[in-house]
Amino acid sequence: MLHTVLNPGAVGEVSSICDAHIKAYRIMLLARVLDDKFASLYRMGKMHGGVFLGRGQEALSASVGLALRKGDIFAPLIRDTAGRLAFGEPVLDAVRTQFGSPLGPMRARDGNVHRGRPKEGLLAMISHLGAMISVVNGALLARRFKGVTGVVGATCIGDGATSTGAFHEAVNQAAVENLPLVLIIANNHYAYSTPNERQFACRSLLDKAVGYGVAGQQVDGTDLSACLGVVGDAVSRARAGRGPQMVVASLLRLCGHGEHDDASYVNSDLRAAPVGRDCLKVAEETLFRQNWANAAAISRWRHDAVQKVEEAVAKVQREPNPDPYKEDWCALASKHLSEGNE
Amino acid sequence: MSITYLEAIRAAQARALADDPRVFIYGQDVGAFGGAFKATKNLAIEFPGRVIDAPISEDAMLGLAVGAAIEGMRPIIEIQFADFSTTGFNQIVNQAATLYWRTNVPCPITVRLPSGGTSGSGPFHSQSMEALYAHYPGLIVMTPATVEDAYSMLLEAVAIDDPVIFCEHKYLYYHLKAEALPTEAMPVGKARIARAGRDLTLVAYSAMLHEALAVAEELVSEGTEIEVVDLRCVKPLDTDTVMASVARTGRLLCVGEAWPWGGVTAEVVARVAAEGFDLLDAPPQRLNAKDTPVPYHPALWAAHRPTARSIAAAARRLLRL
Ligand SMILES: Cc1ncc(C[n+]2csc(CCOP(=O)(O)OP(=O)(O)O)c2C)c(N)n1
Ligand SMILES: [Mg+2]
Repeated sequence: MLHTVLNPGAVGEVSSICDAHIKAYRIMLLARVLDDKFASLYRMGKMHGGVFLGRGQEALSASVGLALRKGDIFAPLIRDTAGRLAFGEPVLDAVRTQFGSPLGPMRARDGNVHRGRPKEGLLAMISHLGAMISVVNGALLARRFKGVTGVVGATCIGDGATSTGAFHEAVNQAAVENLPLVLIIANNHYAYSTPNERQFACRSLLDKAVGYGVAGQQVDGTDLSACLGVVGDAVSRARAGRGPQMVVASLLRLCGHGEHDDASYVNSDLRAAPVGRDCLKVAEETLFRQNWANAAAISRWRHDAVQKVEEAVAKVQREPNPDPYKEDWCALASKHLSEGNE
Repeated sequence: MSITYLEAIRAAQARALADDPRVFIYGQDVGAFGGAFKATKNLAIEFPGRVIDAPISEDAMLGLAVGAAIEGMRPIIEIQFADFSTTGFNQIVNQAATLYWRTNVPCPITVRLPSGGTSGSGPFHSQSMEALYAHYPGLIVMTPATVEDAYSMLLEAVAIDDPVIFCEHKYLYYHLKAEALPTEAMPVGKARIARAGRDLTLVAYSAMLHEALAVAEELVSEGTEIEVVDLRCVKPLDTDTVMASVARTGRLLCVGEAWPWGGVTAEVVARVAAEGFDLLDAPPQRLNAKDTPVPYHPALWAAHRPTARSIAAAARRLLRL
């Protein structure tokens, strides 16, 4: 089911830089349109619970998904609409999970960004920050047991999550086992309201890579070309057996922590600085400057994206609610060992 | 003037900070932002340097609290959602809970856990963890169900010389209102008869108290008088008040939002069965959430947790036994 949207990988030679950029841009655009749709549905009171978006982080996220291939492992986090799409997650999975459709991959049991298809390498995050990294490590170790080579496992995390014990344990673990882990840190300068200064005191988050003997690269997360390059290289190095790779991207989230949050705590100087640029606009400017696309093409792509999203939303809105009487209310795979309930 | 459950929690913290220089608050986003739920709104301004933003490091947050307590401070730790206390679990159950017993040095920390389910919150922002913490010796576990208790019990939690797990229910934050803050309070560890009755004892705590009260009201029209007991604190558990009520009614139904295996309701039923078997006219009953993670979709969530409807059905069944 995955990898039907796109055929990632194959970002290659000079002639295809243009194609890679366009492909990534269209993913970013689709992610933005999808996120905007969720935001507007949230404002209309049509969503259950919260809505968490990746606005401003699409260039980085898309670059991760695009650098991966079928057979790789990907554990996206809250701001990875773009990366998920690039990895091949159908728009319907996102919409169904956000609406809590029983037909979605999470069957209404889990919602919003907590979705995935583990069997297809797309892990379903839990909320507890830092917890997914070691799970990717385990999946990679299993591949090693099975003699499967040439695969990588990528996961994304925020600046705040680098303060968890889970993060430190898992990065060290990956280094000790020399696993092909690609750890992407989206430093959007805030963890909810908490700025970097209250989160860590090292000069750069890359110092944390150094501390564990892990290779690290920095990238401007607002610049799609840079992200495609740096993330692509990190994935290639991991794939070539050169051990865990960390990428720290600097960017800003151009939305609230969730749609309930107005993000008024974000420093206005940061917003005005280059780090506050909208990566989608930057990518678009590159397309124009390089003559890779014109306004007509972009408006056609936007139209396509809107259509895809609207179709998915319309379809899911017609789907039934989950029926509690049809639930088996059993959390065990060994049904015969279930105690039942009440 | 009316005050919400959440405002009461904020007011209690303001008062604790004002009354006792040993008190400080530590948690993610609790400073200038005022906390994810605004339970510490403006406190960083009113009490400069004493309401401190923590990194996303629950283990270190709890460990720091223990260290500060050893030095005589009275830290209040806000965990953003109760569910995330699992990453600080080790420090709570192995460090805080054992300190006094091992060293004779008390550990007066308060851990605030925004607990319980709200619609659409899913498996990781909905958990009720009181039973887990109550299981460990060395901890006090409070589960206030009213605005008044949220205020007075939080003040008591800070004053007590032991680690207190303060389970405040998110569902009550904005919905529940009182006219004013209380000026007096029942002692810690005392349950309360929230409504008197003679036909059945319905024991509840936290948000389930309000479902229980609704059931008691509903069954009046069926000629049934339900006595509702609000446990207030699940450890220590006020067995005496429960037992005295069962002595009056002869029937026990205990309701909890947490999972069914073990836990508070099982403890209540076990105690009443063991110590008050001859008071019972029917087998003691309990009702809990279903034995799965808390589901995301509101339709599933409503069926997962006990509600006035399912409690009323259980009460009617018990009355027929
Ligand atoms: C272990 C843990 N503690 C607390 C939280 C609550 N929480 C959810 S998101 C968040 C901020 C995350 O910040 P960051 O890692 O920088 O990611 P961003 O939201 O900025 O993308 C917090 C504190 C959590 N999910 N997990
Ligand atoms: Mg961040």
